Amino acid sequence: MALTAISSGVLLDACRPGDKKAILEKAANGDPSITIDRTADEVVMEKKLAADKFFTEHEMATIAVLSNIIIPADGVSGSATDAKVPDFIEFIVKDRPDNQVPMRGGLRWLDLQAANRYGKTFKDCNQQQQIALVDEIAYPEKAKPEMKQGVAFFNRMRNLTATGFYTSEIGIKDLEYMGNRPNQWNGVPDDVLKQYGVSYSEKEIKECVQYT
Amino acid sequence: MGDFQIKVQPKVYDAVIVGSGAGGGMAAYILANAGLKVALLEAGPMYDPAKNVTQMKWPWESPRRGASTKYRGFGDFDAAYGSWQLEGEPYTKQAGTEWDWYRARMVGGRTNHWGRISLRFGPKDFKRKSIDGLGEDWPIGYEDIKPFYDRIDKLIGIFGTNEGLENDPDGIFLPPPRPRLHELMIKKGAHSAGVPVIPSRLSILTQPINKQRGTCFHCNQCNRGCQVYADFSSSSVLVKPAIETGNVDLFINAMAREVLTNKEGLASGVSYVSKDDLQEYQVKGRTVILAASTCETSRLMLNSKSPRHQNGLGNSSNVVGKYLHDSTGASMSGMLPQLLGRKRYNEDGVGGAHIYSPWWLDNKKLDFPRGYHIEYWGGMGMPAYGFGFGMENRNGKYLVNGKKKEAGGYGASLKEDYRYFYGTSVGLAGRGEAIPLESNYCEIDPNEVDKYGIPVLKFNVKWSDNEIRQAKHMKETFREIMHEMGAVITSGDDGPENNYGLEAPGKIIHEAGTARMGNDPKKSALNKWNQAHDCKNLFVMDGAAFVSQADKNITWTILALAMRASEHIISEMKMRNL
Repeated sequence: MALTAISSGVLLDACRPGDKKAILEKAANGDPSITIDRTADEVVMEKKLAADKFFTEHEMATIAVLSNIIIPADGVSGSATDAKVPDFIEFIVKDRPDNQVPMRGGLRWLDLQAANRYGKTFKDCNQQQQIALVDEIAYPEKAKPEMKQGVAFFNRMRNLTATGFYTSEIGIKDLEYMGNRPNQWNGVPDDVLKQYGVSYSEKEIKECVQYT
Repeated sequence: MGDFQIKVQPKVYDAVIVGSGAGGGMAAYILANAGLKVALLEAGPMYDPAKNVTQMKWPWESPRRGASTKYRGFGDFDAAYGSWQLEGEPYTKQAGTEWDWYRARMVGGRTNHWGRISLRFGPKDFKRKSIDGLGEDWPIGYEDIKPFYDRIDKLIGIFGTNEGLENDPDGIFLPPPRPRLHELMIKKGAHSAGVPVIPSRLSILTQPINKQRGTCFHCNQCNRGCQVYADFSSSSVLVKPAIETGNVDLFINAMAREVLTNKEGLASGVSYVSKDDLQEYQVKGRTVILAASTCETSRLMLNSKSPRHQNGLGNSSNVVGKYLHDSTGASMSGMLPQLLGRKRYNEDGVGGAHIYSPWWLDNKKLDFPRGYHIEYWGGMGMPAYGFGFGMENRNGKYLVNGKKKEAGGYGASLKEDYRYFYGTSVGLAGRGEAIPLESNYCEIDPNEVDKYGIPVLKFNVKWSDNEIRQAKHMKETFREIMHEMGAVITSGDDGPENNYGLEAPGKIIHEAGTARMGNDPKKSALNKWNQAHDCKNLFVMDGAAFVSQADKNITWTILALAMRASEHIISEMKMRNL
């Protein structure tokens, strides 16, 4: 098949901003907080989940401290709480209830450890004390056997924090994910092909679509 | 409940179609364009990808960041309303057997979700019994269906390349996209392992084909439905233009109960319950076309008993429900260490892989019949629920920017790890052909009904050694490709303990065979025109009509057969045979 060129007008046409707005309004099913297509059953489910509350204030405060230890602000991006990770964790344990007992129990386990060592709950310990405790559960391969339940809890906490953070606007920018926007794929950039010592075959260059 | 009245729709149609997916959508499109009056019944709500939008949304627009729910089994952004279980619509399984049944209830059915992999069956795929003595030959050959494949390529649009392969026929293709970086690496590795790799064949428009549909803008989200109709869904590409002819009445939320027959045993219409008002309705027609999905269609046939059809409609052969089979499936995931810390750019591309491997071996030298093709994935995708899970299993194993780290961790160092590992994953999945067996079937459960009072299906399906040996071969191939491309296997390195990771039947969602066509009315439910041997005005136009399903995804063949059968209906009506 011959080399093909397509004008970028097609692309612009594919993404008319006026239509986008109309589409958005329709997708909301009358609720401005919902910006994706929802069936009637889903709207009921989302409202019920939003109305429920799982974690106590103390638990939420502890989650905030822990999530910021896992994902602090650094030179590239903000922290877990900047990205509202605790709110995501509150939601996801309601939505995926298998998390509820391990999360609630894990937080309690952590508070008990802190109380036995420092006479305070985890969130009220000073930063040095918090880090000393976290260091004992953050490294699965070198953790002591008696800390294994804490390791399992921290692994879960790390997973949920990371997922909540890197699916937020702040996290996506941090990762430099460049997609989810109209594009014209013309293949891997030349410098990247060179870097990895790969190239397109003559057949591919001849057959594959190229946009100008 | 007070009055219990069955309401009869006043209009008598030329055709009543049950189901608006690939088969039903194509039937509606062909018949309506020929001027016939069509009633199209769909068990779910209206759906139009231009209006019901999840495409181009960001993960944070889903509070669960795209995780699945009971209402969307393939995730919160997936277009399809459905899952492995539907509330109030159960199915049962014989103890010791396996079947997973994915159903989508919506206009367009499961074509709103699928991978757009659009493969023609080859000449051998219609004559397998003649080749290896297993299963049954089709009553038609490639030459019968080729003209319809050609027309569907042009009508719907597909990209790919003509490779001159004997059993993976050439088509009328738009140009494919160039491979992504990890796909170039897969290609190299696969070639070293002796496995061919060619451009994918996907029903996605890389160039415009008409004014009604836009062109792909490379967001890699076909499973979310396309606002500009640049991919094939029955909802946007067939049902919508069919309705625009003015010849189709679409009945949504209409759950078919049974096919009605008259004294002569001919089909006279369909009875259904409306999910909106829970009232009972009947819609009458000169012909009835079942395209409710393989298992749902056979359920309808088996539930449509009458004095003339005591065994269920069109089932004097007793084959309805039997020969149920799905594609085999097994997969392996890994990571490419050479991609650690890679440069960022937008590599979303089209929905799905830009390359695949068609079946390449000769069964005479193998210990299993039939073949499989390989699908691939990987790269810098949009993060979603599950992103970053299990970092403690990875970041202790590789130097991160030259530093050795303790597995797990937290803080700025951990953030560095997520960036460093992003976009390094790679995966392979085999999709193969199973042998249709009489002993693998679905039947009506004598003890259970759904919430509408419709008797439900009970499944009885087991893989045979043939499929298990095929999965074993897949895993051996995958290991070799992974090794040759320098990847590290992270999951799916299975052995005999779990049948080499062979997925439960049903899981690949390519089920077929439960009302197969054939020349012998004693051994088949349909003739070669998808027409019931026992009831000349009943047609089956979904995967149920298949004799066998090849190592190809079945949608393109459902479409071709539905186009062919619909035109047969038109000519039979003209000749007053229907």
